[in-house]
This record gives sequence, C-alpha cells and structure tokens, in this order.
Amino acid sequence: MNVAVAIHDIQRDALPSASEAGPAPKRIVVAYGFWIFLLSDIVMFSAPFAAYAVLVRATAGGPTGAQLFNQVSVAIETTCLLASSYTCGLMSLAVGSRRRAATYFFAVVTFVLGAAFLALEMREFADMIARGATPQRSAFLSSFFALVGCHGMHVAGGLIWLAVMMAQVALKGFRANVERRLFCFALFWHALDIIWVALFTVVYLMGALP
Amino acid sequence: MNLLGKLDWSVVPFDQPIVMFATALMVLTVVFVLGWTAFKGYVPYLWREWLTSVDHKRIGVMYIVLALIMLLRGFTDAIMMRAQQAVAAGGAQGYLPPEHFDQIFSAHGTIMIFFMAMPFVIGVMNFVVPLQLGVRDMAFPTLNSVALWLTASGILLTNVSLAVGEFAKTGWVAYPPLSELQFSPGVGVDYYLWALQISGVGTLMTGINFVATILKTRAPGMGYMRMPVFCWTALASNLLIVAAFPVLTATLAMLLLDRYLGFHFFSVDGQGNPMMYVNLFWVWGHPEVYILVLPAFGIFSEVIATFSSKPLFGYRSMVAATMVICVLSFLVWLHHFFTMGASADVNGFFGVMTMVIAVPTGVKVFNWLFTMYGGRVRFTVPVLWSIGFMVTFVIGGMTGVLMAVPPADFQLHNSLFLVAHFHNVIIGGVVFGLLAGFNYWFPKAFGFTLDERWGKRAFWCWFIGFYLAFMPLYVLGLLGMTRRMQHYDNVDWQPWLVLAAVGVAVILAGIVCQVVQLVVSIRDRAQLRDVTGDPWNGRTLEWSTASPPPAWNFALLPRVAERDTYWVRKKLAHAKDGPPTPPREYEPIEMPKNSATGFVTAFFAVVTGFALIWHIWWMAALGVFGAFVTLLVFAFRDREEFEMAADKIAQFDRGHQAEVAP
Repeated sequence: MNVAVAIHDIQRDALPSASEAGPAPKRIVVAYGFWIFLLSDIVMFSAPFAAYAVLVRATAGGPTGAQLFNQVSVAIETTCLLASSYTCGLMSLAVGSRRRAATYFFAVVTFVLGAAFLALEMREFADMIARGATPQRSAFLSSFFALVGCHGMHVAGGLIWLAVMMAQVALKGFRANVERRLFCFALFWHALDIIWVALFTVVYLMGALP
Repeated sequence: MNLLGKLDWSVVPFDQPIVMFATALMVLTVVFVLGWTAFKGYVPYLWREWLTSVDHKRIGVMYIVLALIMLLRGFTDAIMMRAQQAVAAGGAQGYLPPEHFDQIFSAHGTIMIFFMAMPFVIGVMNFVVPLQLGVRDMAFPTLNSVALWLTASGILLTNVSLAVGEFAKTGWVAYPPLSELQFSPGVGVDYYLWALQISGVGTLMTGINFVATILKTRAPGMGYMRMPVFCWTALASNLLIVAAFPVLTATLAMLLLDRYLGFHFFSVDGQGNPMMYVNLFWVWGHPEVYILVLPAFGIFSEVIATFSSKPLFGYRSMVAATMVICVLSFLVWLHHFFTMGASADVNGFFGVMTMVIAVPTGVKVFNWLFTMYGGRVRFTVPVLWSIGFMVTFVIGGMTGVLMAVPPADFQLHNSLFLVAHFHNVIIGGVVFGLLAGFNYWFPKAFGFTLDERWGKRAFWCWFIGFYLAFMPLYVLGLLGMTRRMQHYDNVDWQPWLVLAAVGVAVILAGIVCQVVQLVVSIRDRAQLRDVTGDPWNGRTLEWSTASPPPAWNFALLPRVAERDTYWVRKKLAHAKDGPPTPPREYEPIEMPKNSATGFVTAFFAVVTGFALIWHIWWMAALGVFGAFVTLLVFAFRDREEFEMAADKIAQFDRGHQAEVAP
C-alpha cells in the first residue's frame, strides 16, 4: 500500500500536529531547555572568539602565535578530548541499556581523558607563562588565555558534573531525573568538542599563520 | 594581608550628608519592614508561601514588587539630576559635586534598565505567559525561582554601593578606557560589573525557561498561530535574551579580567581595543531595547483587543512584525556610535537597517488603530495608557529615524536630543506598557480591580509630566547641550531645564497617584472584588480561571481549537445551540515542591559578589563553595513533586463555578 494514501486516509482531527499536541513529556522539555542553554553558551563563546580575531595581531611587540604554539601538544590534547566524546557516547549507550558497570567504566575513561586534556592545557599555559608570554603581556595574549581558559573552565566544570553524576547513579540508580541529567551532561560534553574544533582552527591554526 | 581586603570604615561616606541621609532612609525602611514582618509573625508565612515558592504567579508578583521599589529609587535619582541641572547654570555649581552627580546618572541608567524595566517585564511575563498558554507552570519552576533571587542579588549589591563605597561614575554603559582600573580605581565599576553579572545569569535562566515553556508546553490544541500575541512577543523577547545576554556576560567578564588581572582587552596600553567593548556592549544593548519593548507591544495588543471587544486586527502581520523586529534588532547595533569612525558604507548600512525597523513597528501601530476602529472602546485605565503610548511612541520613533541618518547623528550624538529620544521610547513604550499591564492583570493576580479614578489621575500626570520633562530636552539637544553635565555656562539653556524639572515634578505627582491608587484599592478591596475571574470580558485563557488563580492554574487543562479561545467559548455558551458542558472529572495533579534553593543560592551570590568587589578572597571562595553545596543539596533531594489531591481541586473548582454562575 502506498504510504501517502495511508496518511491521506486518516481523518485530519485524529492526528493533531506536533504543535497542538499539548505539553511535551518532561524528558523532551528538559533536553530542549538544555539545548537552548548550549546555544546560549555558544553565543557566549562567540564574544571571546571575536575578541581573539580582533586582537590576534595586537602583540604589542611581544611573542606571536607562530612563536608560541606547539601544534604537537595541541594535537594530543585534541585527540584526548575527541576520544572522550566517543567514550561519553558509549557511556550514554550503557545508561540507555541500564548497565551500571559499563556506565562507571566509560565514565572513568571519559573523566581520565578529560583530565588529561586539562593537564596538557595547564602545562601549555605554564610553559608560556615561564617564557614571559603572560596574559598581561599583550592584548593578543589576553584574548588567547581568556578564550582557551574559558573552554578549559567548561571542561573542568564538566568533570565535576560527571563526578557528581556518578555519585547520583551510585546512590539513586537510574532514576528518571538522573537519566535526564546524564543525557544533558552528554550534550554538554559534545558541545565542548564542537567549540574546541572551532577553537583549534581559529586559535592554533589560523592564529599561527605568519 | 588584610583579612577584609579593601574594606574599612573609610569607605562609608560619612562626610557626605546627602548620601548619608539616603542611606539612613534606606536602612530605616528595611529595618522597619523586616521588624514589622517579624513582629507580626509573618516570617514563616513569607518563607513558606513566597520566598521559597516556585509558583510562576508568585514569582511574577515578587519580580514586579522589586521593579516598583527600584522605580522609586531610579526616579529619586532622576529628581536629583533634574534639580541639579535646573540650578547649576552660569557660574553656579548646584548642590551635587561632580563625583556624586556622576554616580547618580550611572545608577539611574543601570537601575532603570536592569532593575526596574527588566524585572517588571519578566514579572509580567512570568505571571501571564503560563496562564495564557493554558498550562500549570513554567517548564523549570525551581530555575525560575533561582533566576528571581539572582536578580534580587544584583539589586541588593547595587543598593549596598550607596552606603559602602561608591557606584560607577562611568555612565550606565561603563565604556573603557574610563572604566579601566587606571582611570576608575575605586570599587564603583566593580559594583556595577558584579551586580550585572549576577543578575545577568538570572536573566539568562529566565530566557531559557520561557523559550522552553512557550515552545514545548502549551495547552492541547494551541498551535503557534493560536497563541495570544503577548505569548508571541514574550517568545521573541526571550529568544533575544538567550541570544544577547551571553554577549553581555562575556563582555563584562573581559572588563573584569582587565580590572582584576591586568588583561589588555580594552586598555590603552598593551594594544587593547576600547572600541571593541563599545561594539560588543551594543551587540547586547540594542536587542535589549527590544527585549523590553516587545512584551510591552504584546500588552498593548491584549489590552486594545479586549477593550475594543474585537479580535486583534491583523494577527498574522502582528506575529510577523514581531519576529522581523526580533531578527533586525541584531543588525543595527552600530547606530549607537556612528561617530566611531567606521567607513561611510558601514554607517550607511546600519543607518538603513535602523530605518527599516520602523516598518514592522509601523505595521503594529496601524494594527492597533484598526483594532480600535469600529470597536466599542471602553476607556479604562489600561486603554488610556495604550493610547498615550501610541501618540508618544510614534514621536519617539520618528526622532529615532532622524538620528538613524549618520550625518544628523554626528550632530546629535550624546546630546540631550538622544536622551530625550530614548526616554521617549522607553517611557512612552515600555513604562506605559507595563503600567497598562499592571492595571490590566492586577485583578487576575489579587482578585480585585484597581481604583479607576486614581488610575486615571496617575495616567494624566505621567502623560503630561512626560511631555513637560522631555520635550525641552529635544530643544536643548538641538541647542547643543550634551548629556551628563554637572553644570554648564550657557544660561540660555536654563529656562528649558527648569521646565524639564517641573515636568519631573508632575511625573512625581503621577507616581504619588499610583501609590494612592494601590492603597485605596487595597482599602476598598471588598467593593472592588471580582468573583468571576473575568472582570474585563477577556479573550484569552488567563481569564477563564479564578482570580487569584489556584496554585494549579487550571483544574482541567483547557482544550484550544481557535484563537481567542475563551472569547469563542463564552459566545458558544451564550448561544442556545451551544454544545452541552461535559461533566468535569478531576484528577490529582503533580505539583513542583517549594524550594529554598533560589533564596540560598542568591545569598551566596551576594556574599561572593560583595567579597569580589572588596577583594576579600577567602569570603569569595566560601561564597562559591556555599552556592555549589546548595546546588548539590538540590540535586540530591529525593522528592521533586507532590500530588495535589483530586478532591481538593474539585472542591476549589466547584466553589469557583458556583461563584461565577449568577
């Protein structure tokens, strides 16, 4: 039977359009609200991105991106973060099928990869500061530290959130609200990846152009 | 190291009698109100029913109370400025020294925009939107409470600056390099920044909450094109909040980094770029104008349609105009500083985009006029405000289009012409709208109408006072007077400034009338009582429930089959062949539990903000930790909801039905 005919056969009032279906279930509303938050967070990032783009040549006689950035170290950072997004996805699958051990395992792997990313970033910052490239040195370095640091603080916040969520799973199990929060965490973690991809491109590749 | 950072007794301005008098008045008022509440034994009631409430109606009312108090504070600043400029002509210095005058105009702008207009708009949306959508609460009730209390934190910090330290002397926009540490070494700018950061987080939460509520939780059958226009304007306004406020947060954070850690975003040394702040600020700032005025447009649409007893003319074009303004508002920010020195092409683009916004706005004005045309218009207080708005706002809009011409703007930039223009649109648009909404929805919130006589007196004083106070400023702007002058040499300006001061006195009379209106209405509430829940013969769902609505809003979720659904339902009920009313079957309702999370979080936010302003690092750490623990406690609570029993709902609803039936 033709599908189009099948839809045509149904009386129109029998199927209200999605916009007329009444209040959505809580799971949908929460995820939707969190998407809106993530969009607002990306808008927030757009300001330091713009500042970086404006100030990238404003080195005030100090070191430039080309002199400072170590792409090898940043590539390892990127690998850690992208891999953690993958393991975070595996954790979501484990949550979906209610496998507690697998959830813990992938959460730990995600946490370790995220922490490794942060450690590498801290080392990069420490190296730069040791060479006199502090955020106070020039407008370019101010915008660099603010943009990359802001992403780093998001990652740190995500790690704390992940730890709290594991405590919730341990104490409360996969209750509906715990499951919703884990879903939001996964969205958050993937969004940080998206921002990092843009950041890697704009800061470390375009910012290192001569 | 000093345990209290920069704080000691020298920061309290004991040597300034005006400040100390204001401080004493504020402290006495607060002590009196708190003492009276405690003495009367209202504290447990307040805590249980209001401070920890997550009910959108209560939260809306509390927002509006905050806004009204801040209106008084901001208006006091206005009186002081007008009085100063009325006397400080020629060689005279007036009664306010420059550093105090500078704080007053900065505080006036900051308070009126962030702590009067914003909470008022958000309060009205909070109260009305879920009721109009026919649902029981916001999408995230506890988040709503947190947002309210974070806004209150910002307000508290701003007012603390009066007594402890100082407020910014930079104007409400705090442009660098003036707002950098080098030129503003005091704590004034820090008060401004932290108050706005804390309340800004709250505003963002509100925005997210409303977008999710409007797009995801509407009564069954309420498609987008069946939503009341106020809900559409609220949606547009909150989309703008979500898209614009993060930019403000990021921009102020950069200025904070400059001030606290010696970064060079906007500084003159280190190759910083001060104009970048101005650009980023107005990328938020222009949409902010529409965040405020679009809901006011929505209020006028509801008021005009209801009191003309007609459906709104051109509903679809109204929705389209709202959304077009929503988008265009992001394409005009540069008209705030044509004098920056961008190329003629850039200025031309932004000039044209600015003029284009007048088109959808004009569509709206014509829609309101055509709604009234041929209707049976009842000249109630909300309608007076609406008509006053239409006349006033059109003038303000036209001076705006005038300044959108870049060469003209080079003359008028930062003159009193500009000050007159934006007061013309913000008072004539936002404030008139909010006062219309206040009179219109007050009976819904409290079950009795406001006194009409005093309401009309308030309107006429405001209306006439506005023209007396601001038309002279247009003239002064054309005569070349710039804004924010503590004194001036040109004595030809003085008569106009005296006239403006008289205008402010007339507005003051309007505010007094409003206070009297409130007092008289509360005194006469028995006569003004409205038992029907529908005092104006309304059109939208909020009028279909009792006044004040029960915590669950609607005993049964309404089903919507058309626009103005309550109006149509009333028509059908009057018709003889209307469908018989089905028996009402009540079910228990899951209600969100009250939560102290918002109040406690806000307490820690104040502690953190105050500590950061005064460089008391241990206290800041403690505040952040406290807020985090509060969040954890909330996250680990076991029950989020409780069940409202069906018989309780049935009892209330049957009582209301019996009251409505004559």
